[in-house]
Amino acid sequence: MNPLGITLTLVVFYLFSELHARKRAFYTNPVLLSIITIAVILKWFGIPYGSYMDSAVILKFLLGPAVVSLAVPVYKGRETIKAYAREIALGVAVGGTVAILSAFYIAQLLGGSEEVLLSIAPKSVTTAIAIGISEKIGGIPALTAVLVILTGIMGNAVGPELLSATGVRDRIARGLAMGVGSHGLGTARIILDDELAGAVSGLAMALNGVFTSLLLPHLIEVLK
Amino acid sequence: MRPYRGLAIIFGFYALGEFTTYVLNLTIPGSVLGMLFLLGALLTGAIKLEWVEGEAELFVRNMSVMFIPPGVGIVTYLGLIKSQVVPISVALILSFLVTLVVTAKTVELLRREEK
Repeated sequence: MNPLGITLTLVVFYLFSELHARKRAFYTNPVLLSIITIAVILKWFGIPYGSYMDSAVILKFLLGPAVVSLAVPVYKGRETIKAYAREIALGVAVGGTVAILSAFYIAQLLGGSEEVLLSIAPKSVTTAIAIGISEKIGGIPALTAVLVILTGIMGNAVGPELLSATGVRDRIARGLAMGVGSHGLGTARIILDDELAGAVSGLAMALNGVFTSLLLPHLIEVLK
Repeated sequence: MRPYRGLAIIFGFYALGEFTTYVLNLTIPGSVLGMLFLLGALLTGAIKLEWVEGEAELFVRNMSVMFIPPGVGIVTYLGLIKSQVVPISVALILSFLVTLVVTAKTVELLRREEK
């Protein structure tokens, strides 16, 4: 195992995190900037992805325990879940289904290949879970990872403005839409404006991850 | 050694989740199942929050960096993305808009009924 992959990842991510901490903007998203930068470095120096991944794979492996750890914030939010049980259940069920079907059918209509359809279907779910789903249903996890982050960036950039423009003022509705529609990056944005909406958004994100991983593999059998 | 208890629990539930999906041939990722098992254990009191809280929060807070290696894998698919850039980008943008608005309107409708 060579230490190059993990070192490169940590150095690049550290630098972009510093930038993001100073200039809090959606276009300074450190994950997306790191992916692009490392991809460019690999291309420039002619380093094959496999030898980069040789040690960077450790970081990817930690996504498993990280997803398990999401049980803690969900457990801590159990009172909020109880208080808004109906809204959360319906919002996640409707929103989660719309997210899958709209992405799948629009891509299909425009001539997307099967591997693209399978990779885009879980794009509204938090990255770690989406990568797991993509792997399970035969998508391309790398493509899913990037599409998920781009979805999050859209929510982070314009989510609350879009909700205001369409006349959505209810705080629970706003939080749920951000969590279901644009997962962690959307949650990170709405929590700055409204703590209650932010809490609901975080829960909606976690529950949508579970809902989608239960529904999507079965739904895909029907859609294909 | 306190952190090892938390880590052992988290990795233990991850292993349990992976093992269960493998044995029962389930389509749900093992990590998601492990999360559900851990949530169940917390709710029933089998696992105390303070046993795992610090370690779990460390994982959740540092999740971002873990997406980079799988994301960089995109270099292997640049040809595919170039050839499908229209379906990918249009589906991504429209689906985001539809999901956001439909979810919000659904919940808003439900809330108005309640009042």
